[in-house]
Amino acid sequence: MGRQDPAAPFAIELRGISKAFGPVQANKDISIQVARGSIHGIIGENGAGKSTLMSILYGFYKADSGEIVINGHPTTIPDSQSAIRAGIGMVFQHFKLVQNFTVLENIILGVEEGRLLAPSLSKARKVLAELAREYELEVEPDALIEDLSVGHLQRVEILKALYRQADILILDEPTGVLTPAEADHLFRILRGLKEQGKTIILITHKLREIMEITDTVSVMRRGEMTATLPTAGTSPEQLAELMVGRKVLLRVEKAPASPGRIVLEIDDLRVRDPQGVERLKGVNLTLRAGEILGIAGVAGNGQSELLEVLGGISQATGRVKINGQEIDLTGKHSDGRSRRAQGIAHVPEDRQTRGLIMDFAAWENMAFGYHHAPAYQKNAALMDNAAIRADCAAKMERFDVRPQVPALAARNFSGGNQQKLVVAREIERNPDLLLIGQPTRGVDIGAVEFIHKQILALRDAGKAVLLVSVELDEILSRSDRIAVMFDGRIMGERLPGATDERELGLLMAGIGEEAA
Amino acid sequence: MGGMPKWADALLVPLLSLIIAFVISGLVILLIGEDPVEALWIMVTGALGSTYGWGYTLYYATNFIFTGLAVAVAFHAGLFNIGGEGQATMGGLGVALACLALPWPHWSLALLASTLLSAVFGAAWAALPAWLQAKRGSHIVITTIMFNFIAAAVLNYLLVNVMRPRGSMDPATARFPAETNLPDLHAILGAVGIPFAKGTPANISLILALLACGLVWVTIWRTRLGYEIRAFGKSEKAAVYAGIRPIRITMYAMLISGALAGLMAVNTVQGETNRLLLNSVEGAGFIGIAVALMGRSHPVGVIFAAILFGFLYQGGAELALWTRIPKELIIVIQALVILFTGALDEMVRAPLRRLWRMR
Repeated sequence: MGRQDPAAPFAIELRGISKAFGPVQANKDISIQVARGSIHGIIGENGAGKSTLMSILYGFYKADSGEIVINGHPTTIPDSQSAIRAGIGMVFQHFKLVQNFTVLENIILGVEEGRLLAPSLSKARKVLAELAREYELEVEPDALIEDLSVGHLQRVEILKALYRQADILILDEPTGVLTPAEADHLFRILRGLKEQGKTIILITHKLREIMEITDTVSVMRRGEMTATLPTAGTSPEQLAELMVGRKVLLRVEKAPASPGRIVLEIDDLRVRDPQGVERLKGVNLTLRAGEILGIAGVAGNGQSELLEVLGGISQATGRVKINGQEIDLTGKHSDGRSRRAQGIAHVPEDRQTRGLIMDFAAWENMAFGYHHAPAYQKNAALMDNAAIRADCAAKMERFDVRPQVPALAARNFSGGNQQKLVVAREIERNPDLLLIGQPTRGVDIGAVEFIHKQILALRDAGKAVLLVSVELDEILSRSDRIAVMFDGRIMGERLPGATDERELGLLMAGIGEEAA
Repeated sequence: MGGMPKWADALLVPLLSLIIAFVISGLVILLIGEDPVEALWIMVTGALGSTYGWGYTLYYATNFIFTGLAVAVAFHAGLFNIGGEGQATMGGLGVALACLALPWPHWSLALLASTLLSAVFGAAWAALPAWLQAKRGSHIVITTIMFNFIAAAVLNYLLVNVMRPRGSMDPATARFPAETNLPDLHAILGAVGIPFAKGTPANISLILALLACGLVWVTIWRTRLGYEIRAFGKSEKAAVYAGIRPIRITMYAMLISGALAGLMAVNTVQGETNRLLLNSVEGAGFIGIAVALMGRSHPVGVIFAAILFGFLYQGGAELALWTRIPKELIIVIQALVILFTGALDEMVRAPLRRLWRMR
């Protein structure tokens, strides 16, 4: 990079950046200095303005005011092409890769040289081999994108940025989709890049990652930069407090459970997918009132299918009893409406495609699934929209959903607030059994604490909770009992006090006792 | 994100699209050596300059309100019903049967019967494609368009072989009894003291159409069924989660849609021709798609879009009558309006949105 000015110690300097969307001030007078060759973390809750700031840096938005200085040169970045020319590379949370192209083809997409592809491809192949050696970034260049694991896809994105000669790399929530082992590998790569003098900006809401890998950390809250600290001189508690603006309990205090009568009994539950592959291969479980049963497992081992059968989304064979009554698994009463009538509430794993209609207003979503409830009807023919709105406003208040605007479409809420909408809707129905999948995925720290408290309160009120999560931390700290799923079976059950991540990890990998 | 306000999306976008369509139409008219300003003047005065012109404009608009609503209701369920043509054809059969079956003592009773029967026939014609979509996943765009041809063939057979009066050379039913003739706008408005030209085809079906708009609005935005239809239309996966049954919603939405398209026949068959002819729908089923798109699938939008297309139909007829502009060019103008307001309106919306964001 010939543009580097050795006198300027900062790779990126932002001075007084502000950006408003209508009445919402997304970024307020933000100044930040990122030292060259460092890993700089930016942490903040969802909706704090991290993504907006990075979008300005990458040319997606134009700042209302402020200045961007790259390597000592004031720079304007009207589009992503200019960002790339300025040496900035971005690795998005949602990968931007062409599924049916090979790795190489994706790498050169947009930077092909000349009309024929062959020269570009062979050049890319050479560069890729060098990068792989230098940074542990091994990827099979001729593999199709659709055949690669998530961890590999992310490497392709990083390689794409490096191939475009980025020396400032921005990663947006990079570990959200990775297993712990893949995340460790990513961090090794990032350290390698740093040693070669690359500058890395890591956007995350996970305190552990900040503590583990960054040199400096900036905290954002409600559009403002509240602090920039050397990572070595801070603590997770301090960062959490800066993020949320008040003291946060990183661990919710939890009284021991006092399990009561049996609420849910599952006997030899089997599910086949449309291709005829058996996804659940004879699951047996019981769940008592006043108990949280955590289902651990690597994603794709049948947890989703279990939730979908219990929630009335898909059909199954076997026997399931709720409060001693057998429920319909295949017939007319196997739909979500019947399940709700039987006292089952369901917070689905994917709130954006299942739990909410993103184009519906918050109040319309508050009735979703319960739109037959008598309280929501004006008379036999018409719904009582005013009552639903009022009910929604009350629930938004109790669950601290922000902004507290029932008329706002669901898609305009942050991830954490969307999840609060769903959780409020389901918990406030006071169900006998709450199914809850990935309750804190993509949810900010303040909301995580709140949602966990609500789940606990429901348990303490004598209700049963089935908690499915791929975050082992969450399972270990929230469950009263843990069942591990592997390949459509329950590999074993453990008590959280009498097990550890290593033992659960083995069960999750299918090593251990056979299903009971 | 800083979006456009709703009014700009609902009013400014179609208005700008319309202006672009008219400007290009004007250029085309200029190219064939005619005067576009004069042409526009003839269209406006001919369609909107007198109550006589309005009588025709509103007659066409009535058709388009029905077919526009039909497409709009299906849109809300995420279904693309392009079978309005066939459903309206079958609705015509229903009207003819209703009017010819009994010696009605008064038009109001005949209207009741024909309304009911045209809706039932239209709905029935939509039922099979709906069922095939819901149960077998046969794409509704394909099946409904195939049903348009089947409907035309069935009507052809019936008119030629079954319903044609003995001795007639014309593939049409007998003329309906005079008691079934619907009052026109001259009679209706005259009764409340408003003068309106005689001899135009606009009739009481217009009021039926406005009533249908109200009912559709209430159904879509105020009932559980409408809630389920909209939820299903936005996301089938989420709808299933909420316990909404896809088969049920697909059936209901298409039955309502087919019934609305069928109702159009009350206006044309009973209100205007007083007998069932071979091609009484005349493409109104397809215009309904443009009307629903332009009207944002909202009944109020549908009314305005329907009047616009009614204006184009009537104004176009006037143009053909008074100028040397060929009839084909009128279809070009209509096509341009459909192109810009229906298919290309994102072309106008995107820069407008950017403009808003820059403020």
